[in-house]
Amino acid sequence: MSSYKYHVLICGGTGCTSSKSELIKDNLENLIKEKGLENDVQVVRTGCFGFCEQGPIVKFLPDNTFYVQVKPEDAEELVNEHIVKGRKVERLLYVEPTEKEKIDESKKMPFYKKQIRVALRNAGLINPDDIDEYIANDGYQALAKALSMTPEEVVEEMKESGLRGRGGGGFPTGLKWAFAQRAQGDIKYVVCNADEGDPGAFMDRSVLEGDPHSVIEGMAIAAYAIGARQGYVYIRAEYPLAVKRLQNAINQAKEYGLLGENIFGTDFSFDLEIRLGAGAFVCGEETALLASIEGYRGEPRTKPPFPANKGLWGKPTIINNVETFANVAPIILKGAKWFRSLGTEKSPGTKVFALAGKVNNVGLVEVPMGITLREVIFDIGGGIRGNKKFKAVQTGGPSGGCIPAEYLDTPIDFDTLTALGSMMGSGGMIVMDEETCMPDVAKFYLEFSVEESCGKCTPCRIGNVRLLETLDKITSGRATMDDLERMRILGETIKDSALCGLGQTSPNPILSTMHYFKDEYEAHVLDKSCPAGVCKNLITYKIDKEKCVGCTACARVCPVEAISGTIKNPHEIDQEKCIKCGACYATCRFGAIEKI
Amino acid sequence: MPKIKSLEDLLKQKESAKDKLSLRKVAENDNVITLRVAMGTCGIAAGAKETFDKLLETIEEKKLENIRVIQTGCMGYCHAEPTVEVVEPGKEPILYGKISGDKAKELIEKHILNGELLQDSIIGETHTSINE
Repeated sequence: MSSYKYHVLICGGTGCTSSKSELIKDNLENLIKEKGLENDVQVVRTGCFGFCEQGPIVKFLPDNTFYVQVKPEDAEELVNEHIVKGRKVERLLYVEPTEKEKIDESKKMPFYKKQIRVALRNAGLINPDDIDEYIANDGYQALAKALSMTPEEVVEEMKESGLRGRGGGGFPTGLKWAFAQRAQGDIKYVVCNADEGDPGAFMDRSVLEGDPHSVIEGMAIAAYAIGARQGYVYIRAEYPLAVKRLQNAINQAKEYGLLGENIFGTDFSFDLEIRLGAGAFVCGEETALLASIEGYRGEPRTKPPFPANKGLWGKPTIINNVETFANVAPIILKGAKWFRSLGTEKSPGTKVFALAGKVNNVGLVEVPMGITLREVIFDIGGGIRGNKKFKAVQTGGPSGGCIPAEYLDTPIDFDTLTALGSMMGSGGMIVMDEETCMPDVAKFYLEFSVEESCGKCTPCRIGNVRLLETLDKITSGRATMDDLERMRILGETIKDSALCGLGQTSPNPILSTMHYFKDEYEAHVLDKSCPAGVCKNLITYKIDKEKCVGCTACARVCPVEAISGTIKNPHEIDQEKCIKCGACYATCRFGAIEKI
Repeated sequence: MPKIKSLEDLLKQKESAKDKLSLRKVAENDNVITLRVAMGTCGIAAGAKETFDKLLETIEEKKLENIRVIQTGCMGYCHAEPTVEVVEPGKEPILYGKISGDKAKELIEKHILNGELLQDSIIGETHTSINE
């Protein structure tokens, strides 16, 4: 036991930091000092706890009390009540949304119950800026163990584990390593792809922020396995906290001799550097990423040759995603068999998802593969916000597809998601409710892909723009059935002919929504109506004269003065002037305004 | 800073860093024994702080793992302060009264290490709690 009586863990992820978690830490520390309790209480800023919805989160140990939505000014009450008097601050406890029950420990919360943390094993537990805390939790033991094995044995263990690339493609990691190991070359490289660019995804960032050493250790093991001496982490500059923590971790590892020359007294030497990306989505594509590190424009090239044979500066290179590397150390330390005990046969292990959208518990969750979409969205995610109806879940980022309610009981793994016309992708999971218009959603994702296309190949550069134009016709009520058919053919052509993953997957949101929500597309085209009431050109706001009491509230919020009428008499909307902003609809307390 | 040159070095570093995490790891463990020390005003006045420190000290001395000491509010047995409740997984909690510093050490040695109850110090439960 340490001499501290209390440990206070404060979430230091990007989300909680932007909600002033740093100030909470300062306030707590000052108060603790004022009361002369600095030898009794240790305050630690950790990585992400995952429950971002309820942040900033402050956890008191050893009694495991989990405080949510803490504000800097709550520090005083926390110190006075919890630490000095030993009483829990009831008002800061988490309230379970369905039963309205207060839950004081994270272990008892539905959000955490089904989670198994492998990649995130240390996030929210250790101080990411302290290498000793990583070592105390078995850190770098896997590297020591790997160095006592032959490189072939390490690759074999990785192959047996069945770990598949967590960046999205799901390619077997051990196989990739085996290719690079066999490739001829005096110089080889290991590259970590931390160019996370999917809208709504933040798992790689959280791993790097919460446990940077796990990535360093995984990369070092990979380097030993293939015979590389140099590694690069390609990370986007928009992730300053992750960059800072990673740089600090690299420095500490170097000081301890865990990076550098003759690691663990062996012949193995490995060094690691950070390369900052400017935040172009296409740079997450491995060949574009490598070009970017070399100093060229981040444009993909055709494969083969694969990077395992001809990668960075033409040398054999392994390139894996952050989460993949974070899984390596536990596999080496606990064995492939242990890893296979989690997840499904074809997709062993766990996957981190960034749960976002219209779900109650937005946050970061790590679950075993094979868990169903329903379990993730309803058990862990706490169901749909505002008791609305579930409509679809979009997985795999901008290039994934939308999965409708009838497939909620599908077990999640790489292959099932692909079979449903979506994909695992990096693990973004965006939940949509009944008020979401599917053609509009498809348009949103396509706009992103069009903007991020590098323009090197024609299908992606021109094809996607044509798709977007057609979608625009649909959502504004100008399309014909022929347009729908043309869009489907074009989408499939782009999928087959684009140069890299960005283009090959960009039509997915359209194709999957056209497949599962055909009615909705037809309503837009044939009836010129938007069933979800989203597409502005297809809806009209009208006032029901029976229900209108003439309170004038709608007229007062209308930004274009389209509503007229005298007090206590029914009002009217001038359709010519109306810009369909919906302000009147949201304001009316009598349900007198109809959206048609 | 020392260079880590072998697995032995790493394990040594782990051993010396272990303390940093032990409290956190204990908290995550499901099979943990909890010692609840009542620290309301009455408890503190009767010396519960010394009891608390003595418990921690003994735990450290005996290098015990899977045990945590938590302070709680007044348990209502003000006449018998300082009070300590021993909660072991799967067992009925035992409530002890008048646990001063020396008794605290005895509690760990006898109850926790030998499974022997301190018969004289047990306070019978006189109420039913609606929680737990």
